[in-house]
Amino acid sequence: MATPRLSVADIQTKAKQLRRDIIECTTAAGSGHPTSSLSATDIVAALYYGGILQYDAKNPHWPQRDRFILSKGHAAPLLYAVMAEVGYFSRDLLPTLRQIGSVLEGHPNMRRLPGVEASTGSLGQGLSIGVGCSLAAKLDGYPTRTYVVTGDGEMAEGQVWEAMMSAEKYKLDNLVCIVDQNGYQQTGATKDVLDLKPLAPRFEAFGWFAQEIDGHDVGQVLAALDKAAATKGRPSAIVARTVKGYPLQQMLASDPNHHGKPLTKDEATQALALLA
Amino acid sequence: MKMGKSVRETFGIALAQLGDTHKDLVVVDADVHNSTRTELFGKKYPDRFFNVGIAESNMVGVAGGLAASGKQAWLSSFAAFIMCNAYDQLRMSVAFPNLNVKVVGTHAGISIGEDGPSQMGIEDVSLACSLPNFTVVVPSDEPCTMKAVEALGALKTPAYLRAGRPNVPILYENGCDFQLGKAIQIRQGTDVTIIANGLMVAPALEAAEKLAASGVQARVLDMHTVKPIDESAVSAAAKETGRIVVAEEHMLHGGLGSVVAMSVVRQHPVPMRFVGVKDTFAESGKPDELLKKYGLTADAIVAAVKDLPKK
Ligand SMILES: Cc1ncc(C[n+]2csc(CCOP(=O)(O)OP(=O)(O)O)c2C)c(N)n1
Ligand SMILES: [Mg+2]
Repeated sequence: MATPRLSVADIQTKAKQLRRDIIECTTAAGSGHPTSSLSATDIVAALYYGGILQYDAKNPHWPQRDRFILSKGHAAPLLYAVMAEVGYFSRDLLPTLRQIGSVLEGHPNMRRLPGVEASTGSLGQGLSIGVGCSLAAKLDGYPTRTYVVTGDGEMAEGQVWEAMMSAEKYKLDNLVCIVDQNGYQQTGATKDVLDLKPLAPRFEAFGWFAQEIDGHDVGQVLAALDKAAATKGRPSAIVARTVKGYPLQQMLASDPNHHGKPLTKDEATQALALLA
Repeated sequence: MKMGKSVRETFGIALAQLGDTHKDLVVVDADVHNSTRTELFGKKYPDRFFNVGIAESNMVGVAGGLAASGKQAWLSSFAAFIMCNAYDQLRMSVAFPNLNVKVVGTHAGISIGEDGPSQMGIEDVSLACSLPNFTVVVPSDEPCTMKAVEALGALKTPAYLRAGRPNVPILYENGCDFQLGKAIQIRQGTDVTIIANGLMVAPALEAAEKLAASGVQARVLDMHTVKPIDESAVSAAAKETGRIVVAEEHMLHGGLGSVVAMSVVRQHPVPMRFVGVKDTFAESGKPDELLKKYGLTADAIVAAVKDLPKK
């Protein structure tokens, strides 16, 4: 079943809705990582609504589906928001985020929530799992493509670079790694903690095709994903420059990282007004 | 019981203090020092503090190199990430060369709550105990943690310190007589012994109160050091009380219960019961809800005592 491509304007409208969901459910939960979710929202909206990912929300285990792996699992609210919006489960579940008994755990759990392709939350592991999915698709002769979203801080994990080497070795042109380069990690700016810039040339040195884009420009995201799909013989990386907490950066100016904490009720109200 | 700081917060405070007297003490962290609280040391002694980024196995190797060069290296991350992500490095770069590295795993157990199973170290004690040369300590409260950090600072060999996330009640208001490898008897009793550590010492005391109401006098031991285990306290408990319940915020496999059971069986076999996380991952939820659902409460300890054969 082919998923259609919405217009850029429609994808932007969807992204706005996802952002509202993210803010509402993390503020209701009283914990979680809204700013890490917001920076990757346009990327994920482009994947699900841009006709990129081929999926069937009513048949989540369809063998030939494309795989989306959220390696930075702490952005789970974003994954849950998009899964609810495209019909994997009811939107009514979103307010149960992080509550006991809810399948919407603090980090994605593939055994409890069909449509989640990997259980993540320990950073650095998603790209290796993506390599495995891509190898399996080649073995089975499926057109399946695998998309992995990692954080920029996450790129410090050695395992990510091991995965990059495996992907090059097996010429996994069905694998795309999208780095959500928001410039922050838990304890500060990536330029202070561990500066991996420039990232695209490093991917290239590892044999990948690499593109650098503005991760909030849906048109650019779609164009880069199309170009990745057209690239044969090697894996593709998309280094997406983003803003942590986008588009609330002015509101959060005193703490632009705002890592791992929800907005207060007042902040959430203000944010939802901005996203109306 | 008066509430005190979390074990991780107290660890951070104690470590920053230890840095005053131990000039060769260095600290390595992996992008979580605001959570593990080593930032208190880092702010005080920025030259002796290294943040390697989100790279736990690298962090352990770096600590090993620092220790091999004469430093006492402390490193910290979440218990799950440090123990599970960097185990080979702990084995080869710390345990095998028997280096002066102190490993601190915070956010241990299911009491971290909403973040869920991926962040919950429930196997860390078992893994730490499986490293030769390692001392393994699970402190229960603020005074106990202050002393534990000091004691580990005096040790030249590798050690693992487990530190929980939530605030915990103060058990030792009048100071804690902490000695590595020596259990603290915090309640007297002759009918049964409850051996606990970490977060489970407070519920063990509560359970003992409840049992006393029905005429059962329970001895309570705070077994803060899991390795080396206090053989004589275990032996005395077995001989003098005849029945033992072990309670820990950890998987039953390989944790305090296993270590105590081995000691009991070797010295003086008596009936035992075990309170801990069964063979399962937990889930997200509020800490108290999770402790209840996964059977880590005073009531669960009482039930375990009642399940023992009568004396
Ligand atoms: C292996 C591992 N180490 C540490 C953590 C704790 N942690 C959670 S989020 C985070 C920062 C992530 O930074 P980045 O990858 O840049 O993602 P962002 O939140 O900026 O999108 C850290 C260190 C973790 N989840 N996994
Ligand atoms: Mg980041």
